[in-house]
Amino acid sequence: MSEVLLRIEALKKSYGALAVTDDVSLDIKPGELHAIIGPNGAGKTTLINQLSGSLRSDAGTITFKGRDITGLSMVERVRLGLVRSFQITSILDGFSVLENAAMAVQARSGSSFRFFRPAATETALNDEAMKALAQVGLDDRANRRAGSLSHGEKRQLEIAIALATNAGLLLLDEPLAGTGKEESAVLVELMRSLKETHTIVLIEHDMEAVFSLADRVSVLVYGRLIATGTPEDIRNDPDVRTAYLGEEEVA
Amino acid sequence: MNAGADNAAATARGAEIAVVRRPFLARRGASVAAVVLFAGLALLPVLASVLDDPFLVVTLTRVLIFAIAVLSLDFILGYGAMVSFGHAAFLGLGAYAVAIPAAHGVEDIFIQTAIAIVVCGVFALVTGAISLRTRGVYFIMITLAFGQMAYFFMTSLSAYGGDDGITLAQRSKVLGSEILENDVAFYYVVLAALVLAYIGLRAIIQARFGRVLRGTRENATRMQAIGFSPFSYQLTAYVIAGAIAGLAGVFLANQTEFVSPAYMSWQRSGELIVMVILGGMGTLIGAVPGALAFLLLEEWLAYFSQHWKLGLGVILVLVVLFTRGGIAGFVAKYLGGARP
Repeated sequence: MSEVLLRIEALKKSYGALAVTDDVSLDIKPGELHAIIGPNGAGKTTLINQLSGSLRSDAGTITFKGRDITGLSMVERVRLGLVRSFQITSILDGFSVLENAAMAVQARSGSSFRFFRPAATETALNDEAMKALAQVGLDDRANRRAGSLSHGEKRQLEIAIALATNAGLLLLDEPLAGTGKEESAVLVELMRSLKETHTIVLIEHDMEAVFSLADRVSVLVYGRLIATGTPEDIRNDPDVRTAYLGEEEVA
Repeated sequence: MNAGADNAAATARGAEIAVVRRPFLARRGASVAAVVLFAGLALLPVLASVLDDPFLVVTLTRVLIFAIAVLSLDFILGYGAMVSFGHAAFLGLGAYAVAIPAAHGVEDIFIQTAIAIVVCGVFALVTGAISLRTRGVYFIMITLAFGQMAYFFMTSLSAYGGDDGITLAQRSKVLGSEILENDVAFYYVVLAALVLAYIGLRAIIQARFGRVLRGTRENATRMQAIGFSPFSYQLTAYVIAGAIAGLAGVFLANQTEFVSPAYMSWQRSGELIVMVILGGMGTLIGAVPGALAFLLLEEWLAYFSQHWKLGLGVILVLVVLFTRGGIAGFVAKYLGGARP
């Protein structure tokens, strides 16, 4: 039991007759980096929305740290340590880089119904935020406006914000989306170091990155999990080859 | 194409420079503007006595009263992205919190203000809790509906004048004294309330609470993803704004010594929004020039033609097109400061 951090059982979500998440069951072990791959439209982002709580599931249960969280809101899940990043960069452009991270620290350190002291002068918040920024290598950008960062740096900030929440489990939704070669190399190294300290569920298109990072890989096709195993298993799985990797070879 | 790219590059450079150098006016521009503006307003009665124009004080009192209401609206509109189209309801309820107790012999301004704040706070709490379940244009419509409900309620309350309104026998008393009958004293009371409201709201904006509010304005989903439920913050802001607008209503009743449902009509709510935009949304300090410009234009244009609203419309279009950030934004841009 304790060997499972996040347990997904018979999870379903349909839009009309279209089953987007079709009876998905999966165990995420503490400390692993578990990648979920699949062709476009396989339902990867829907699945992550269900796990993070922004989308209600039609059926099935999600258990996190031994607790049934199926009915909990996104905010409640974040408080338990289940935090997501977004495929489409969703940082607060008008705030400084530091404030973006400090806001996430603020969310878990005491009440935010405080009306007088300027939040920007709270050193406890800023110090923790700086730690998260240092982890992703953005500490030298702390006082920049977040909107002025390069695309790759925004992706790094996206991860720093998730770290600043003190998450136990990170759900990373295509962190490499739209990045160039160099930017993506930085992010892959970043994820490699995060692996040491965090359990990560990674949704990603970049096969090279997935196979070099993941401890285990699950393959999602038309809402169904067709295989779960080590990168080596997945590479050699005949079903996966026909359903997914084969497609790429043909292309 | 090229011009657009140049503009983008210039903006990017501007952003970098602002971070690297941050000149004094850019950092403290809003505070400097506030100090200058409030100091000027504090000296105004002196100017009025030099010019021997007592009407100036009366006009400016009215401007400052509206500035308090506009300030409260800018707090939720500019920082909370809540476009309330029923904000005049609070102004009206605050005014009736003077008129109705006065009709029963309760004339102390502290008691009336307490009633106004409680009534407006509760009205904001109930209507806000319902309105905040909606977003965007639905929020605008539902706040408009609540505003109209308050309007028609007061219209049908014939015991207190109904549609015709109710005239006050005299201004409110301050612990038994009739000092508010003095226009200059009343002016300073209103100015003090405006300054306090400005300082208070400014602190709230910078504090933890305000940071959550501003973050929600930019990206509510992001705020939820780090563990904030926007609803309770937005509702609290809505209640604070309602209470402050109620205070403006208390002053408005005292200035005109007459209260009618017209104070809370939807046109009045629209005018408050116009004043926010004219002054500069999301600046707080813009409330003063916004109210000043609107009310003076109203008088000035009405002097030329009864179709003065047409002229006002033209001016508003020009302001929106050419200043980007209203009067406060215009001043910030041309006097070297940055957006507060």
